[in-house]
Formats: sequence, C-alpha cells, structure tokens
Amino acid sequence: MYTSVLLSDRRTFLKKMAVLSAMTAAATMFPGILFAEEQERGLPKGGNLDWKKAPCRFCGVGCGVLVGVENGKAVAVKGDPKSPVNKGLCCVKGYHSVLSMYGKDRLTQPLVKKQGKYVKTSMKEALDLIAEKMQTTIKDYGKDAVSIYGSGQWTIPDGYVASKLFKGCIGTNNVEANARLCMASAVTGFLTSFGADEPMGCYEDIDHADVFVLWGNNMAEMHPVLFSRLLDQRLKRGVKIIDLATRTTRTSMAADKVILFKPQTDLAIANAICYEIIKNGWVNKSFIERHCNFSKGATKMGYGLKDKYKFKDRPAKISFEEYKAFLEDYTPKKVAQISGVSVKDIKYMAAYYGDPNKKVMSLWCMGMNQHTRGTWMNNLVYNIHLLTGKIAAPGNSPFSLTGQPSACGTVREVGTLTHKLPHGVVMNKKHREHAAHIWQVPVENISPKPSYHTVEMFRALDRGDIRFMWIQVTNPMVTMPKLKRYRDATKKEGRFIVVSDIYPTPTTDIADVILPSAMWIEREGMYGNSERRTQYFEQMVQPPGEAMSDTWQLIEVAKRMGFEKQFSYKEETHIEEIYAEYRRHHEGEKHAMAPLNVLKSEPGAQWPYVNGKSTQWRFNAQYDPACDNGKEFHFYGKPDGKAVIWQRPYEPAPEEPDNEFDFWLCTGRVVEHWHTGSMTRRISVLHQAMPHAYVEFHPSDAKRMQIQTGDSVKLTTRRGSIKLPASVNERGVPVKGHVFVPFFDENVLINDLTLDAFCPISKQPDYKKCAVKVEKV
Amino acid sequence: MPIKSYLAHPYKGRKKELMRELSVINGCEVIPSENENVLILVTDTQTKKEEDFIRSQLDGIVSLQLLAMVSGFNTLKD
Repeated sequence: MYTSVLLSDRRTFLKKMAVLSAMTAAATMFPGILFAEEQERGLPKGGNLDWKKAPCRFCGVGCGVLVGVENGKAVAVKGDPKSPVNKGLCCVKGYHSVLSMYGKDRLTQPLVKKQGKYVKTSMKEALDLIAEKMQTTIKDYGKDAVSIYGSGQWTIPDGYVASKLFKGCIGTNNVEANARLCMASAVTGFLTSFGADEPMGCYEDIDHADVFVLWGNNMAEMHPVLFSRLLDQRLKRGVKIIDLATRTTRTSMAADKVILFKPQTDLAIANAICYEIIKNGWVNKSFIERHCNFSKGATKMGYGLKDKYKFKDRPAKISFEEYKAFLEDYTPKKVAQISGVSVKDIKYMAAYYGDPNKKVMSLWCMGMNQHTRGTWMNNLVYNIHLLTGKIAAPGNSPFSLTGQPSACGTVREVGTLTHKLPHGVVMNKKHREHAAHIWQVPVENISPKPSYHTVEMFRALDRGDIRFMWIQVTNPMVTMPKLKRYRDATKKEGRFIVVSDIYPTPTTDIADVILPSAMWIEREGMYGNSERRTQYFEQMVQPPGEAMSDTWQLIEVAKRMGFEKQFSYKEETHIEEIYAEYRRHHEGEKHAMAPLNVLKSEPGAQWPYVNGKSTQWRFNAQYDPACDNGKEFHFYGKPDGKAVIWQRPYEPAPEEPDNEFDFWLCTGRVVEHWHTGSMTRRISVLHQAMPHAYVEFHPSDAKRMQIQTGDSVKLTTRRGSIKLPASVNERGVPVKGHVFVPFFDENVLINDLTLDAFCPISKQPDYKKCAVKVEKV
Repeated sequence: MPIKSYLAHPYKGRKKELMRELSVINGCEVIPSENENVLILVTDTQTKKEEDFIRSQLDGIVSLQLLAMVSGFNTLKD
C-alpha cells in the first residue's frame, strides 16, 4: 500500500502527466501552440509507468491509445498524440478501457455444464471436449451442423484461424460474425456500387470537408472522438454540420442544422436530393460519363421474415434518361409528404451537395445499415456523391463508420462471413483455389455455396439443422432481434453451445462449455478500423487464471481435430506467423497489407500498403497506385472500372405503427456503454453514469399519457413485453409517436421486442423500426 | 478518484471569461494557451460527489463551447 505521502507524490506526478497529455494533444491540433512556462517544464520525473501503444478496445474509430503498465497491471490510458486517428484525444470509454479487464467476476477457468450445473475444469479437458463434440456432431449430422459465430471484436488472427478451420479444414461455410448485425449493408453497398469493400476515403477527409451530412448517425455518442474532430474543424474553419435523423440527440444539439425525418423515408430523401442535383444542372457530367454506369435491380424484395428466405438481385443497366425519369417520383414536394422533411430542407441539403465549391462528407453508421433496405440506402448516398463527382478526393467522401474495433479488419478483410474468404468470395473458383493453396487444404474442402447468414444461422439452430455453435467475443443472447425465439433455440435438446468470453453474460448462461478468454492487451493482436487502418498491439499484461486468447483456443481445437499441419504455429510466434500467412491472401496493389514491423513501429497503416506507403484515397489515380486505366479515377472493383449509380425506390418498413401498436420503436447505444455493457457495466464510473436502460419519450406524448421521467412503462410488440423507466426530455428526444430504448442493459432485453426482418441483400437486421404499444403501469 | 485532463474550447472572444469561470471551481486547474483559442483543464477529485459537482459546474458554463477529454488517471491502488 502507498502511504499518504507517496499518494500525494503520485497525484502530483499523474497530474503532470495529465497536463502533458493535453498539451501534446493541443500541439497536434494547433501546431505552434504555446502554454508559457508549463511547456518548458517538459516530462515529469518520477513514477515507473511503462507506456505502450495499442488501438482502443471499443468502437470502430480505432483511436490510438497509450496504456500505462505498472507492476504487471494496466493502470492508465491516454490518447496517443502520434495517432492520426485521434491526435491525442480520448473518449470516456477509451479512458476507462483498462478497468474493464479487472472486474471482480472475471472468468478465469473453463466451466462445463454437467447435469445442469457448471463445473470447473481444466483448459485441456474443456478443449478436448469441444474437439470431440465437433467431431461427433460432424459424424452424426454432417459438417454443416457445426458453426462459429464471432465478432467485429475478434482480432485479425482470431478471425483468420476461425475461417481457416471451418471453411478450409472442416469444409463448412458456417462462419458468421456479429458485424452482420452492424455493417453488412455497408459491405453490400460498397460491393454493388464499386465492386470493392470499405471506404475510399479516410479520416483526414474531415480536415478538408466544408459540410458534413450525418445520415442517422449520432456521432457525438457513438464516435465521440471523430465528432470532436468535426467540431474542431467548425472552430477553425466554420464548417457546417447537418444532422439528418429520426431523433434529437447530443449530435443534434451540436449541429448547425437538424432535419428530422419519418423512419425509412431516408430512401426517398436521398432520391429527392438526386432529383434536385439533376434538375438544377449540378451533375458532374464528365465524371459520370467517364466513371459511372446506371443500373436498376429487383424491387419489392420482401423482408426475410420467414425461414430459408432467398433473394437474388437482377441487375440491369439503364440509361441516364431512364434514371432521370425514375426520379420524377421523388420531387421535393412529393418527398416532403412521405418524409415529413420540408421542401426547403431537402433543397438546402441538395444545394450543398450540388455546390461545386463545397466539399461534402456524408457519414453514417447504424441508422443506414440496420435498415431493411440498408444496401439501397448505401447505394443512394453513393449516387449523390457520384452524380456530383464528389468522391475519392480529400474532403469529398461518402464514409461508412463501423461500430466495432475490427469490424473492418477481421470481418470484412479477413472475411468471417459465410460467403467470404480472406480474399474474395467462396462462390468464385479462383478465390477458393487461392485460399486453399495458402491454407494447404484441397480446394474441394471449400464449399462454393454460402450457408447461413447470422439470423438464418440461429434459425437453423432452432430447426436443428445446426447442432453445434461456438460463440466468441460477442453476446447474441442480448443482441439478436426477436431474441426469445433464438434464446429458446439454444436450450433445445441436442444442441451444444461453446462460449468464449471474459465475463458471465446472458450468452454464457446458455453455454454447455464456457472458455475464459484473454482480453485485448492480455494477448497480442491487430484490429482494423473504419479507415482501412490496421493497428497492432503487443501483450502487455498476463491474462488471469487459465484465460487464453481466442486465437489459441481455436488452434488447440484444430490440432485436436487432426489439422496439425495447417495449425503448426509456435505458441511464442503464432501471431506473427498468422499475420504473415494472412498477408499472402491480399498481395497486390489493390489490397496489400503492411508488414508487421511497420505496424509495430507506427500508429497503424492503411491498406492498400504499396511501396512502403499507406493509401489514403482509393480509386483516385493521384493517390492510389492500383489505378491503371490512365484516367483521373478508376473504380477497379468493377470489371469495366466504372462505379454504379443505382435506381433504388422508396419502400415502406415491414412493420409500421397501427391502431394497436401505435408507436415506432427505435433501439441503439449510449456513450457510456460498449454494446451490451458486459465490460463497461463492470466499470464503476460508467455503470453509475448510466446504470440501466430507459425508454425515451417526446414531451408531448409523455404529457398526453401522463408519463414523467422515472415512471414505469410497459412496451409491447407482437414479439413480447418489457417494463422499464421513462425518460422525458433528457439525453435524447424522439419525435412524436416514437420511443427509443438503448440495448446495453441485459436486465431489460429490448431485443425480445424487436423484429428479425433484414435487408434482403445484406441480410442485416433492422433494429431501428418496429411497431410498439406503450402503457404507463 | 481520477485526475482528468481536457481541452476546453471557448466561444469566440470569451476565452478570458472561460478562464475565470473555470479557475474558481475547486479541483480545477486551468492552463490557457498563449496564442490559440483553447485552454487545458485538469480536474482532480477525491470523491464521486466532488466529481459530480465539478461536472455540474462545467455544464453550467455558457462560455464553454466544447470540452474534449484527453486523458485520465486513477490515483488509487489496489
């Protein structure tokens, strides 16, 4: 224990460190900034903290942080001033991130359910049991009866070995990740519009753009550090921030203009902006002639509400004139009636997009992606940028933000979705051959057919088509929509569930085997963030008890199943070996990954990493060495090098308020908690700041129903009911006839009420819209 | 309890006012930039109550446009 004197010294030391961190951050944001004598004092003396760099564990921004380690324990975090992502800034979750490793109920030993009770066992015995169960399940029910469900919080090596084991060795495409629930529509949006996934721009666009349009994106809470960068640009350059949303939030309070629209009508609004761009002659004609095609696809696709739903799009090229005629249904006047957004506000946004002297950045996240027409919405925002030629250049940037630290790195780039491979898709013979060669497996092992996307995977578990599921670093028993069906499915006879996690959760509650995992800096790994930046972190502290990285858990099971040759990595060097192997999948100018020594020495690198250099803007010949068509832009994801402007109509949501269920229900996140709160609710200060879920009301609805903050309210949908306290005119304010509930609270499972409808193209569920009945109780 | 540092951005022309208002809050240390419209704020609190009080005081400052947290340190050891 420290004495009071030592504590005082320590406080002084830490205060100096805090000052220094702020000064360094300020120096990055304001080159040449002076702080008089404080600046001359330099580094404080004393203390024995060892500072090491890592990407933050939470959210997809990928802030660089410096973790202070003392006597084998991580005790402090500060923003890394060398990181071009956050430039020394740090949000409330990032700052407290190390505390999430030290909860009192941390899982430290494997638990196996025997006769209804969890029994402590050794890691060896648990891994033996998992391997044996997988083998008997494959023998009894076939290889497609086993599955793995991971996460955008998997490190790159975790996801890579999972894909290699299941797709390459076992031979099933039953590999999915929770990123299906958070950014699958962004993926299919990119693929349909450009033929290549992930943003063409980068965060540096923020420093160049004049206008930011946030499409249903509460950045102030979900991406606070990036939002600080927007506000910083407003201070410096007077940029405009437009919050286009269905609910008033902290983002709205900081925005220059707030435009509220009716749920699902963002489709119509985007089309109306395109209508205005064409009508006013703001089209960049030479750009679209050189670089764009026009296409239409199938419509009235349905919503995937029934098991085994199938959809195949039918793309067909159309002319500019046909597209122009289609947009006649989306005049500002017509769209104002559908969306509730005034003609003036539609024209206001269109004018910024259309102004050739304004650089515009569109930003979105769950609002557009968790949408039964999510792929279409992504296409429509790209349409705006393509029509005006405001794309793939500094400050002109349609930018899809991700929610998780490695949704891009592990799920999209490694390809931990049923249809994906580390390079390409399972449907493509050449891609299968490429993967099989690197994995040292017969190409026949890799099935050419995608199997189950996430919702269908849990439906298959319910039906009994899947019998074994291994869940790592995610909490689907809080996050699955229409949750009760899938919770009941896991409890059925003949199902075997393995859960790897760091704390008990509602998902470990349904496990037959619980494996304790090493978390973040308790092991070595990499994450890939929203701007194609891959960041490395070393092991800084020891994991507790028998906790083991998800990567090594998978390797151990793979070896037990007879795949020693493919998983012959050495324990002390396996991350390095895996990353070197993974890089081979992406060789070439379009997706080359930086070598590990670069990731170790720099605050990440952006792929394509070519000739020792990150690529900040893809598809632009000035910046991207993969452009080889001799033109200014080259959308090389498509065979003809052209991007696609899609004709996508407005279609209503699958379930809308009616006489019985007369409110819209929207769900989402809060700044204090990471997703389901399994980590952040164990951080006292964050838990106290946001202790439980609530239901937000518009003040006029609350007044009409005589509901005050704190009153108990019952919400009922066609799927179920819950009770929770009301919140009136507090943090967020929905519009009239809407309620909002955050999903972080495992004691109030809002997803028992949500609908498992999804975008037919991306298969991403819509958590933002269903009909709910509201009663004061 | 934690020591936290922030960059405090005043509204244009209100830097001195912000400096004054922050300086009178117990547990707050302010270091203004000499040549930019920004201040460093360091908060040092012993209890949760103190921290909540500082937060409520900060929320009430009208000259403060934006407060961006940069770092934080726990001062207690297990």
